[in-house]
Amino acid sequence: MICLELFLGFLKVGCFAFGGAYGAIPLIRDVVLSHGWLSDEALLSMIAVSESTPGPIMVNLATYVGSAQAGLPGAVAATLAVVLPSFAVILLVTAFLNTALKNPVFQAVLRGLKPCLSGIILATGVYWTGAHCVAGGSFDVRAAALTVVLATFYFGSRRFIKNGISPISLIVSAAVAGAAVYGLV
Amino acid sequence: MRLLTELFLTFAQIGAFTFGGGYAMIALIENICVVKKNWLTHDEMMNIAVIAESTPGPIAINCATYVGFRQRGVAGAVAATLGIVLPSFAVIYLIAAYLDAFLQIAWIAHAFAGIKAAVGILILDAGLKMAFKMPKKLLPRSIMLCSAAIMLGANVFARRLSSIVLMLAAAAVSLALFLAGRARERSA
Repeated sequence: MICLELFLGFLKVGCFAFGGAYGAIPLIRDVVLSHGWLSDEALLSMIAVSESTPGPIMVNLATYVGSAQAGLPGAVAATLAVVLPSFAVILLVTAFLNTALKNPVFQAVLRGLKPCLSGIILATGVYWTGAHCVAGGSFDVRAAALTVVLATFYFGSRRFIKNGISPISLIVSAAVAGAAVYGLV
Repeated sequence: MRLLTELFLTFAQIGAFTFGGGYAMIALIENICVVKKNWLTHDEMMNIAVIAESTPGPIAINCATYVGFRQRGVAGAVAATLGIVLPSFAVIYLIAAYLDAFLQIAWIAHAFAGIKAAVGILILDAGLKMAFKMPKKLLPRSIMLCSAAIMLGANVFARRLSSIVLMLAAAAVSLALFLAGRARERSA
C-alpha cells in the first residue's frame, strides 16, 4: 500500500518537473511533507547527498525516500515512478508526436507552466535561505554569516571563472566551512 | 542482444560518472553518443535538448530514452534508461541505510549544517537562471512574480499549497489568454 502511495506521489513529481535538476525540489518537498515522509531538515541533508553522488537529483531523492519508507520495493516503486513520465514522453515524441510540441495550444500551456515553476523555485530558495537564518524564532548569526559568505563566493566567482564554481564545489566548501564554524566557534 | 547490452553498459557508465545531474551530463553524453559511438548527430542532440526543455524530467533520462529508442526500439529505450538510472539507484540505496547513523557524528552534522546554507543558494540560483531565460514580457513576468509571492506566503504562514495546483492554475490562465486572443483575431 505504501508502495502504491510512493509510486503515485513520485509519478506526480515526474509529470511536472520541468525546471531541470532543481525544478523538481519544490514538487518533491510538497509530496514528502504532505505524506510526512521527510522533514525539511532531512530533505536538505538529502539534497546535499544527491548533489555529491552521481545521477539526476530527482532520481536520487526518489530512491532515498522510497527506501527510507519501504525498503527495496519502495525504492524501486518511487524511482520507476519518477522516471516513467520522461521515458513515456520521449517515446511518444520520437514515435509520432513530434509536431505536438510545436502546437500553439501546447506552447500556450507551457508559457503558463514554466514562469510559474520558476516563481515556485525562487520562493523555495528564498524561504529555505531565510528559514535557515531564523531557526526556531531567533536570528542565527552564524548561519546568516555563513550564508552571506557562501553566496558572495558562489556568485562572485563568476566574475573570475567562466560559469563560476560548480554546485558540487560550493557544497564541499560549505561542508568545510560548516564543520569549522559550528565545531570551533 | 549485443546492442542492448552495449546500450545498457554505456548509459550505466554515463550515470556512474556524472555528478549533480542535469546539464553536467550533457557534455559527457554528447562526447560518448555523438563523437565516439556515432549513435546520434550533433543536430539530433540539439533537438533532444529542445524537447527536454518542453517536457518534464531530467534531460539525461530524455537523452537515454531517445538514443535507446533510435538504436533498438522500445527494448533499446528500456535498456538505456535503466542503465542511466541504475548507478544512482544503487549508490543512494546503500547510503540510505547508513545516513542517519552517519549524521549522529558531530563534525559531520556540523558539515551538513553548513551545506544547508549552500542548498538554499543553489535553489535560488536555479530559479534565477530559469527566470532570466524567460521571454522578457509582461505575462510571464507577472505569472512568475505572483506564483513566487503566493508560494512564499504559503510557506511563511505554514499553509499547505500544492505546487502542482498552482502550476495548473498558471497554465489555465495562459491558455485562456491565448484562446481569447485567437478568438479576437478571428472575429476581427
